[in-house]
Amino acid sequence: MTEEKNMQDDLFFPPVRTTSATSGSEYLSEATSMKNLGGRFLALWSTDHPGRFVCAAFSDAEGLRILRAPVAETSRTFPSITHLFPLASRPERTVRDFTGWTPEGLADTRPWLDHGFWKNAPAGERDYPFVRVEGEGVHEIPVGPVHAGIIEPGHFRFQVVGEKVLRMEERLGYTHKGIRALLRNRPVEDVARLSGRVSGDSAVAYQWALAQAMERATRTFPPERALYLRAVLLERERIANHLGDLGALGNDAGFGFGLVQFGRLKEDLLRNNDRVFAHRYLMDMVVPGGLRENPGKEDISILLEDVRRLQRDVQLLKIIYDEHGGLQDRFSGTGVLDPMLAGDWGLGGVVGRASGQMLDLRHDHPAWPYNRERIPVALSRRGDVGARVQVRFQEIRHSLAFLHTVLTLLPEGPVRTPLRECGSLAEGTGRIEGFRGEVLVWVCLEKGNIVADAYFHDPSWHLWPALERVVPGNLVADFPLINKSFNPSYSGHDL
Amino acid sequence: MNTFLPFLGTSLFQMLLVGLLAPLFLGWLNIVKALLSNRTPASLFQPFRDWSKLLSKESIVPQGSSDLFRWAPPAVFALLLTSSLLVPALGTHGKTVAFGDALVLTGIMALVRVLMALGAIDTGTPFGNLGGRREMMVGFLAEPATVLVIFTASILSGSTMTFQTADALRSGTLLPTPSLVFGGLAFLLILLGENARIPIDNPSTHLELTMIHEAMLLEYSGPSLALMEWGSAIKLVIYLLLGIALFFPWGLAGDEGLSDLIRAGGFLLLKLLTAGFVLGLLETLMAKLRIFRVPEFMTLAFLLAILGFLSHFVLEV
Repeated sequence: MTEEKNMQDDLFFPPVRTTSATSGSEYLSEATSMKNLGGRFLALWSTDHPGRFVCAAFSDAEGLRILRAPVAETSRTFPSITHLFPLASRPERTVRDFTGWTPEGLADTRPWLDHGFWKNAPAGERDYPFVRVEGEGVHEIPVGPVHAGIIEPGHFRFQVVGEKVLRMEERLGYTHKGIRALLRNRPVEDVARLSGRVSGDSAVAYQWALAQAMERATRTFPPERALYLRAVLLERERIANHLGDLGALGNDAGFGFGLVQFGRLKEDLLRNNDRVFAHRYLMDMVVPGGLRENPGKEDISILLEDVRRLQRDVQLLKIIYDEHGGLQDRFSGTGVLDPMLAGDWGLGGVVGRASGQMLDLRHDHPAWPYNRERIPVALSRRGDVGARVQVRFQEIRHSLAFLHTVLTLLPEGPVRTPLRECGSLAEGTGRIEGFRGEVLVWVCLEKGNIVADAYFHDPSWHLWPALERVVPGNLVADFPLINKSFNPSYSGHDL
Repeated sequence: MNTFLPFLGTSLFQMLLVGLLAPLFLGWLNIVKALLSNRTPASLFQPFRDWSKLLSKESIVPQGSSDLFRWAPPAVFALLLTSSLLVPALGTHGKTVAFGDALVLTGIMALVRVLMALGAIDTGTPFGNLGGRREMMVGFLAEPATVLVIFTASILSGSTMTFQTADALRSGTLLPTPSLVFGGLAFLLILLGENARIPIDNPSTHLELTMIHEAMLLEYSGPSLALMEWGSAIKLVIYLLLGIALFFPWGLAGDEGLSDLIRAGGFLLLKLLTAGFVLGLLETLMAKLRIFRVPEFMTLAFLLAILGFLSHFVLEV
């Protein structure tokens, strides 16, 4: 067993410990002690670099912990940790789909992202066996993957009695793009560009996480101004998405006025993104080593003006939402995520924080500049749609206050340093609190800064299973509202 | 035949009037809703454009559906257009073929609902089923209230014929009696529920799981869809005309003189513009009810209708 840790990096990057187990049983016992010590499961993926491994990422009080299990050529198996961390089930099934390696002890033998069209995955079945509920008056409602509106594809299988949902099961993978196959053996610039397209609404979160991973791998320290501006970009991305979600939540409850008003605020923000950063969704602004461009004084004053305008307008809309009886009736008590479950699964992001989980990377393991300009954690304990609405409102307020401080205190100087060359195989991880929750990027670089392999983890891997647990007991007609309040990504999950 | 022929011209005119007023009213309602939420509105004639586009397309019929699915749209449209003869639009003298009273109108609406729900269930899709089932629930709650409101108005005039009721109310006092106020409020709730408006249903939603009326139309396309949507717009106008006849009949022409009719047309336009504004305002201000609150909403309508009915005997006799 080997452990690597570097103190100097911790000042700049959130702390990471990597443990390589020598055998499957050691991996399992490490995972067990991780569970016993209160660690949260984050992600699980397979790789051939720097060896044939299944990697599991956890988070505990000290920071990120990566645990690797070797996969033998002969047996092609690895121990399943789903009995310890239920959220590991789908990632383990995905590993099986991608590589054919078998998670030993995993009860669910169905494929996940594979829909039976992949050559190397014999497990694939076209006719996916959903779990069915039997009984008097129980019937099935299949929804999607083609929906009545223009939204991303996903299939939901409801088992209902009348209007009440007994069980809901998801089928995803319709937007699988083969991101990991696309990025192998490409130069860092190409991969940085690709990372902004994993889930388009989280372009900054992904590109920053990847940049952080590459900077850690090559021991490059970007200039302070670049880090401050990255935080500006990230918070603007968060605000834009929260505004969009709040409007959509109003609309889904039949309050079209909300959609129009929040839509207007979001659109103004996106237009100013385009004006200052030359991209509405801020893609390709964050590059490994810093930022692509250095905004001038005039640009900064535009951004400050945005903060002032939003602080005023969002407050007005919050009053309208808060005092609207019909809207609050739809929001409160709908889609309750039990704080016990959220705690057990270690759910972060807006959804976790709305169920009492005090988890926010910007607060817990702050990367520069979040360790300098602190941002409070938005929290609610009710766990319903209304709580998630409130957390979004709070986060917008916190982000706006943070933006004001950061933009006023913005250090001068360059925004880019060239990425250093790595001599041999070098690994790095990046963790960023995106608007949905924690985005994790693992990257392995080869000599000449060629990406050997990388993995992008979207918080939606946690949100989708949680959604399945929340929906039963609610009305069928309330599902769109609950789904919107979670707002999981299809694209980021399907890779 | 004798009673039919003289009225043929006016009857055709009435159907044409309601048929054309329907898309215009929908256009106006959408303009009001757009303006109230700071959006740039579409043209008043947008429904015409939408439907003429749909009419020029082909109708896709789902596999395994029967003739019921194919014939429901023309049947629904024809029934609704014909039933427009049962409510006064301009004059109260009934120079059209008034082949039935307000109860017949309620019956036709029930028949339309059953046809729509059967057409939706016929396809075998879960959404058609879901929508049909929910629609029947709303209808079954709304119908008793509708009948009670009609009875309340009929007591004052001694007839359930809408033309005679309107005529009696028109020539009577302008002061609203308590029974009519309660009846009017009940009717407003019924109108919202029966016509799939917010807070019961959301006509502009794309979320198939929340739909009532739209879920029944999901499988329709091309001309069939155009007929269904046009029919729904006609239904809305018929309900408004009924509401006007029962609760705001002043301005309706008593004679068939041309100047009277033109004056009545002006009044009708004014009332429909006002109704569109009020409906648009209500729809903008309210959110959609949770579906299990719909019975409470319709019960309120029934309760108001009962109050109206009773207060006539207690206060007005």
